[in-house]
Amino acid sequence: MKYPAFLIKYAEIAIKGKNRYVFEDALMHRIKLALKYTDGEFAVTKSQGRVYVNCLTDYDEDEVIAALQTVFGINAICPVVKLADEGFDKLCEEAVRYIDEEYPDKNRTFKVFAKRARKTYPVRSTEMNCALGEAILGAFPEMKVDVHEPEIELHVEVREDIYIYSRQVPGPGGMPVGTNGKAMLLLSGGIDSPVAGYMIAKRGVKIDAVYFHAPPYTSERAKQKVIDLAKIVAKYTGTICLHVINFTDIQLAIYEKCPHEELTIIMRRYMMRIAERIALENGCLGLITGESIGQVASQTVQSLAVTNEVCTLPVFRPLIGFDKQEIIEVSEKIGTFETSILPYEDCCTIFVAKHPVTKPEAKIIRRSETKLADCIDELVEKAIETDEVLNVI
Amino acid sequence: MIYLDNSATTRTFDEVTGCMTEIMRDTFGNPSSMHMAGVEAEKEIRKAKETLAGILKVDTKEIVFTSGGTESDNLALIGCATANRRDGMHLITTAVEHPAVLETMKYLEEQGFSVTYLGVSRDGRVDPKELASAVRDDTILVSVMHVNNEIGAVNDLEELSRVAKAIKPGIIFHTDAVQSFGKFRIYPKKSGVDLVSVSGHKIHGPKGVGLLYISDKVKIKPILFGGGQQKGMRSGTENVPGIAGLALAARMSYEMLDEVTEKMYELKRHFAEELLKLDGVSLNGIPDDDLSNIRETSPHIVSASFEGVRAEVLLHALEAKEIYVSSGSACSSNKPAVSATLTAIGLDRSLLDSTLRFSFSCETGMDDIDTALSVLAEELPKLRKYSRH
Repeated sequence: MKYPAFLIKYAEIAIKGKNRYVFEDALMHRIKLALKYTDGEFAVTKSQGRVYVNCLTDYDEDEVIAALQTVFGINAICPVVKLADEGFDKLCEEAVRYIDEEYPDKNRTFKVFAKRARKTYPVRSTEMNCALGEAILGAFPEMKVDVHEPEIELHVEVREDIYIYSRQVPGPGGMPVGTNGKAMLLLSGGIDSPVAGYMIAKRGVKIDAVYFHAPPYTSERAKQKVIDLAKIVAKYTGTICLHVINFTDIQLAIYEKCPHEELTIIMRRYMMRIAERIALENGCLGLITGESIGQVASQTVQSLAVTNEVCTLPVFRPLIGFDKQEIIEVSEKIGTFETSILPYEDCCTIFVAKHPVTKPEAKIIRRSETKLADCIDELVEKAIETDEVLNVI
Repeated sequence: MIYLDNSATTRTFDEVTGCMTEIMRDTFGNPSSMHMAGVEAEKEIRKAKETLAGILKVDTKEIVFTSGGTESDNLALIGCATANRRDGMHLITTAVEHPAVLETMKYLEEQGFSVTYLGVSRDGRVDPKELASAVRDDTILVSVMHVNNEIGAVNDLEELSRVAKAIKPGIIFHTDAVQSFGKFRIYPKKSGVDLVSVSGHKIHGPKGVGLLYISDKVKIKPILFGGGQQKGMRSGTENVPGIAGLALAARMSYEMLDEVTEKMYELKRHFAEELLKLDGVSLNGIPDDDLSNIRETSPHIVSASFEGVRAEVLLHALEAKEIYVSSGSACSSNKPAVSATLTAIGLDRSLLDSTLRFSFSCETGMDDIDTALSVLAEELPKLRKYSRH
């Protein structure tokens, strides 16, 4: 069956009180963007607390649903039939026809959920439930009513027009991107950071990203891989403004002057500092990392504390309590896994100590960093100047 | 850009691009069509075949066009092994072949064939005596590459074939000549070579086209089935512009062969000499590490190892100066894919991941070499300062 429209159900937005229209408008905006690259023309409309995607031309249902499933804030997508009000008898006929076309196998249980949003409609909802149920039973005697666990939940909503639907395809949930400010994601080529970005964006946060590359120790392909990852995440978050920072000279200076076992932790502190600078310059209200407690030496609780102390912006770590396998499952679901495991990331392994510190002390790390005093400010400024901004869509 | 990666691929000659454009535009017919457009296209193929048969001094009937070196190697090995399995199930090759041969051999092993992999000397060549002792009663095929793609070692095909056939006259001798065609004169009949794989894009021709010379004495079965083109040996509508481009590139390469060879040996000698003046640099594939033997190696490939520097990092450092070269091993997360050739020549383990290949073409100049040398002299000490301890 070709449906003339899709009813978009949203959950958390509905409870947002007077801000509700802000959320709804953001949701409609995201839906329009998501459908931009889908074949067909669509009009996204809002009426009486419902958002509809109206299909103006021919379209591919699977493609439309897949596109809508990338829009945070959508709880469920319901393909609906839309009727003009031509009297209740006509409505009964249409309901029977809907069941006939939608369910070729009639050996099923059902329940009617009528809703009279237009209070001037002459038939009350309880009466509608009974009458529609009877009409369907009359047409298809093999069907049965089950009010507790029906296989088919037939929704009939009387509004300006009348809507009939029974199928609900789950959406990604969350809140529309852009309704909760903006944050800066520290994006590497690994498995975790794209997932972290996805999860924070799901809460309605717009995402910018920063990537540190170290030519010639990392390659052009490693950078391309990060761009590819950003592209996949951007399917859910909308355009990502990706900042590429050349980190080589800072890395070399740390390598030259600081104890090698502290290299990674000091390097991460400078990455956080630079990310925060870029975040503040771009109106971001927080930083996002893919860290998870204990995953590697630089992610022990002690290391996280030492890394954390260099910034004042809140650092969001949505994966903090996740096991690796749980992270992998999300990355497979959102489609970043395949790209994340391409083997370009570790070309700068020469900078990794054989036995990095796992319980760093802030005092000691700070003292090690004083060895960089003569050059580091200038190197940080220079690194920030290398900022190459890519709008990844 | 200074392009020193001509063993990976070459810039297509302008004449070749022109000739192919013209054919795509004007001679687009299907060579199997019965009308005039088809006849015109077929004529281009015949012309190309004549050119290439002339270069190899073989009969036009013995040339089969393929999609490139990999397909030629696959057809040669799988086609021969299956057609001759009743005479024996033993195959001989070397440990330093291109993956197109090695992986095909692996497949044939899965099909029940047994394969002997010959080692090579320190300079990368196969010892005829070793080949002789590997030949058995049930050996049906020997496959030895002409020029090694990583270090430029050159095998004496005539001698190897003679040795093998002296023990077992019916043996079929295949060579992957992808790196040597256009650099050396190859006369399969005189050398006793029965199958020769050639690729277009290593000689300034187009990608996606190659040929296999198949001696009319050899029993072989096709590996692709379909419309029965090329007498059923390789079904599929012929890549007419590609085939014409391959022939033109080959003709141009052979017309300037002597001059270009001289020039490239000069480049190689100069480059090698200067490289050895740098600290911690050694060369691979030069017999007895003596530069006076340079003419026993291929003129266009220089393999050099740089102590204490990771190949990939040096490659990217050169890339930053727009000098493009290639590393023997590709970097992957934790275990670099170690080069079979470099391992087989017994290169010190510490140098396996510190080796680069520089490869020249007729378009490489002395100034390119000098620039590369001065960038190397500048970058090496910098990179060594930060090497892993």
